[in-house]
Amino acid sequence: MQSPGALEISRRDLLVASAATVTVASTASLSHFQTSTAAASQSTKISFTVNGERRELQLDNRTTLLDALREHLHLTGTKKGCDHGQCGACTVLADGRRVNACLTLAVMHEGEDITTIEGLGQPGSLHPMQAAFVEHDGFQCGYCTPGQICSSVAMLEEIKANIPSHVTGDLLAPAEVTPAEIRERMSGNICRCGAYSNIVEAITEIAGRKA
Amino acid sequence: MRAFSYERASTIEAAAKAAASTDGAKFIAGGTNLLDLMKLEIETPTHLIDVNRLGVDRIEPTPEGGLRIGALVRNTDLAADERIRRDYAVLARALLAGASGQLRNRATTAGNLLQRTRCPYFYDTSQPCNKRQPGSGCSALSGFSRQLAVVGVSDACIANHPSDMAVAMRALDAIVETVRSDGTTRSVPIADLHRLPGDTPHIEHVLERGELITAVVLPKPLSGKHIYRKVRDRASYAFALVSIAAVVLPDGTGRVAVGGIAPKPWRDEAAERELPNGARAVTAKLLANARPTEQNAFKMALVERTLSAVLAEARG
Ligand SMILES: Cc1cc2nc3c(=O)[nH]c(=O)nc-3n(C[C@H](O)[C@H](O)[C@H](O)COP(=O)(O)OP(=O)(O)OC[C@H]3O[C@@H](n4cnc5c(N)ncnc54)[C@H](O)[C@@H]3O)c2cc1C
Ligand code: SF4
Ligand code: FES
Ligand code: FES
Repeated sequence: MQSPGALEISRRDLLVASAATVTVASTASLSHFQTSTAAASQSTKISFTVNGERRELQLDNRTTLLDALREHLHLTGTKKGCDHGQCGACTVLADGRRVNACLTLAVMHEGEDITTIEGLGQPGSLHPMQAAFVEHDGFQCGYCTPGQICSSVAMLEEIKANIPSHVTGDLLAPAEVTPAEIRERMSGNICRCGAYSNIVEAITEIAGRKA
Repeated sequence: MRAFSYERASTIEAAAKAAASTDGAKFIAGGTNLLDLMKLEIETPTHLIDVNRLGVDRIEPTPEGGLRIGALVRNTDLAADERIRRDYAVLARALLAGASGQLRNRATTAGNLLQRTRCPYFYDTSQPCNKRQPGSGCSALSGFSRQLAVVGVSDACIANHPSDMAVAMRALDAIVETVRSDGTTRSVPIADLHRLPGDTPHIEHVLERGELITAVVLPKPLSGKHIYRKVRDRASYAFALVSIAAVVLPDGTGRVAVGGIAPKPWRDEAAERELPNGARAVTAKLLANARPTEQNAFKMALVERTLSAVLAEARG
């Protein structure tokens, strides 16, 4: 029988271990037909600002911004849902604009300013949007929540910048904050728990307070 | 994802040259389509040329009274531009009907035009697909084809082009400007950019290896009502089953391009001349050579009804 100790390895360690195995295997197969200099160019040094702090990383070019944040900088607040741009759980701000961190490479963000949920606010000093999500029960399991909050903060800025949406009636009139506008503009953030109506309430409250 | 080397290009010429001289090189712009496909190893470039810092990200007036849209202008910024909203509303509407706020913030004008099909078998690497693996067969013909094309198709492939933006650009007769690796430039009318599948569905457009899109030029604005209507399985964040980009004049004449039904934005000038005679007359001509499957035959009626709604809105 296996000792109970062997089972105390966390799911996280397992993921890290299996990822390492994959890396070793692919490097090994590459060495058959590539020189070591070519292999070296398959990683790039990147320097960017994350939540106000200058960070430098040497990354395999394949590393998405999402994996750089989670696996290299250990900012695990940003979540991986689908890894294909379909759910919005990975939403972060790049130079103030909301993006899907899973569909962009870290190396493409050299010199940029990245903000994750950890950078918006912390326990004890929550961002108003974080507080509003808590107050309005804008979540159940919480998995989509960091993405929802980052997305909604940037979304309100988009309205302020007068960027129209699919439901905007008059393209030449100033953009408005209405429940229909919020729903349309937040459609890139899926909530499996269906907390949508409370999410809209939380966002509406913050939008109203700002106006 | 397969390993690749990476370079950040700072001039148009360098980007085009690098792409032509490096085997397996591809440009990456927003990355929202390319990276998706690289993760599934459907796209396996060995070298990526990042074109995000080429500086072709402005929208400028042309001497002819139109607009030149830099290839790297993001979908959000194009839709929000005051001139686009005022003079090319059909394009602003098409952009806003596509993808999500996050994706539009990254997606670029050139990348949107060259995005690849959403055929479920193209994405499923365990299934035969002539587009992904030439000669392997088409799984969609006898499979799940509800979303796919009804016109312009071949026995080899019935995939449709997923872009909303391109449908409006087709109605507007946009022109795609490129630079080839030898530094020469050319202008390709959007009507000629995408190829029909024929026997070679893996060849999707007329651009050469290393040919870089630098801009899309819109001719001077068209008067009339600008309408983009998209029909899809959910109200937001879904690809079109059928979409219609139209510019309709008070006398009932105008332009119509249709999305979701063909391997490229579908427009037929002869069908368009039937506009004053109503949606049925237009659709009959537009879909005369259609070859729907049992599962997507509903698109035939859907095109007519969507156009009918568009024409009612234009009159209203
Ligand atoms: C979940 C989801 C939903 C979506 N829904 C919609 C929708 O409803 N409607 C819609 O229209 N689209 C939709 N999209 C697709 C989206 O619009 C495209 O992914 C996007 O427009 C691609 O642009 P990009 O700049 O990210 O391209 P990339 O992924 O960077 O590139 C795409 C292709 O273009 C090539 N390329 C890029 N720039 C150039 C250039 N300057 N010259 C030559 N070649 C170039 C690349 O090599 C690559 O082959 C959706 C995407 C996702 C993930
Ligand atoms: S329709 Fe085209 S893309 Fe889809 S399975 Fe057939 S060959 Fe592949
Ligand atoms: S994890 Fe990025 S959109 Fe789902
Ligand atoms: S709270 Fe569970 S997915 Fe949104």
